[in-house]
Amino acid sequence: MSYITKSPWIIHYDGSSCNGCDIEVLACLTPMYDVERFGIINTGNPKHADIFLVTGSINEQNKEVVRQIYEQMPSPKVVVAVGICANSGGIFKECYNILGGVDKVIPVDVYVPGCAARPEAIIDGVVKGLSVLAEKRSAKATVAPDAAAAAEPDELEVPVEPGEANGADKGGA
Amino acid sequence: MVKIIVLVAAYLIFAPIVGGLLAGIDRVITARMQGRVGPPVIQPFYDVFKLMEKEAVTVNKTQDFYVMCFLIFIVITGCLFFAGQNLLLIIFSLTLASVFLVIAAYSSNSPYSQIGAERELLQAMAYEPMVLITAVAFFLYTGSFEVSAILAYEKMAILPLLGIFLGYLFILTIKFRKSPFDLSMSHHGHQELVKGLTTEISGKSLALIEIAHWYENIFLLGFIFLFFANGTQTGIIVGVIVCLAAYFLEIFIDNNFARMKWQFALNSSWVVAAALGFANLAVLYVPVILSTMIGITG
Repeated sequence: MSYITKSPWIIHYDGSSCNGCDIEVLACLTPMYDVERFGIINTGNPKHADIFLVTGSINEQNKEVVRQIYEQMPSPKVVVAVGICANSGGIFKECYNILGGVDKVIPVDVYVPGCAARPEAIIDGVVKGLSVLAEKRSAKATVAPDAAAAAEPDELEVPVEPGEANGADKGGA
Repeated sequence: MVKIIVLVAAYLIFAPIVGGLLAGIDRVITARMQGRVGPPVIQPFYDVFKLMEKEAVTVNKTQDFYVMCFLIFIVITGCLFFAGQNLLLIIFSLTLASVFLVIAAYSSNSPYSQIGAERELLQAMAYEPMVLITAVAFFLYTGSFEVSAILAYEKMAILPLLGIFLGYLFILTIKFRKSPFDLSMSHHGHQELVKGLTTEISGKSLALIEIAHWYENIFLLGFIFLFFANGTQTGIIVGVIVCLAAYFLEIFIDNNFARMKWQFALNSSWVVAAALGFANLAVLYVPVILSTMIGITG
């Protein structure tokens, strides 16, 4: 059994958004929602984190930041895009400086829609991320290290249109 | 001899278990104090097992070596203590262990890690005098630095060493890495400076630090136990109860204070060491001086 689902530590990054989702993410830590029940800790250090929560869309200035945080996280790791801006760019999509959703720069595992995403939806997304985390963990355990290393590199070149990539996940809520 | 081996073996096996459970209880009590439900009691074990499963990414190999040395010397410190060895040797071994942790943080070029190491050194400066005074006070009172002799001494040390006890409780907040003195490293989900020492340490190495911390906590509580040991059953029971009460007190303090600046940590702990520690030492010296004076006149 994998302990990674019992103790997911989160790093949270806020891209170019209205901060609404940002505040909702922090609301998850309050007594009302208390994500520490699941062993979730908001770390602030990519090297300690298992789950990367991104709110807000990606722009020219923060794409390197997001990519760097992602690369500094030791695997297995999962990316959760929180809020419609992180999913596809949202209302900022047409802005001259906006690239789009988080999946323009790093692979996203779970999309949490909403404007702003409700804490319940965020927790749901993170819990969904846990099963992805467990899958990645068991895939890593069964596949030989060389093969796993060979399989990894394509991770970083994702850019499928977000709409096609996750139509099923987005439909809900 | 058999007793010593049994005690050391018990420490090696049970200290991480009890230390981890205490850490879990700490998190639950903390959560309840904040009106939250909190994680399961065995959450710290989940955390450590998870960290063991993570990919190993370190900036340099020597860092892992230093972290391993930190764990080893903490364990040696605890073993020496539970084997009833010399208190001074134990304190020096503890200091060496924390120096290894500081070097581990210094070995990377990350500014947060470096600042964390500097703050850890400041913390060591803050608590070290009081720890030494505690050892000296035990020597003055019981006539021996040997832990086994202190444990077997027929009178409880708590009343004559009350000032020392309070001073030790004060620096215990620093050693447990609790607010207001969690300057270089903390257990809660803090960021950047407050996690400074462990910024560049992840995966297995971070798990080792966590396990070392459990070993260290049990050993530090053992120090509190010394104040109540008088070689009887009652002494043991009272000692264990006070240890748990002290742990609860530290959690309470942790949840009720904001983090202070390092200047306050350093100044206040030296003032406490001077006021409570030295005053208590002076009181302990009175009978010694009196008896020598009587010896001279008589």
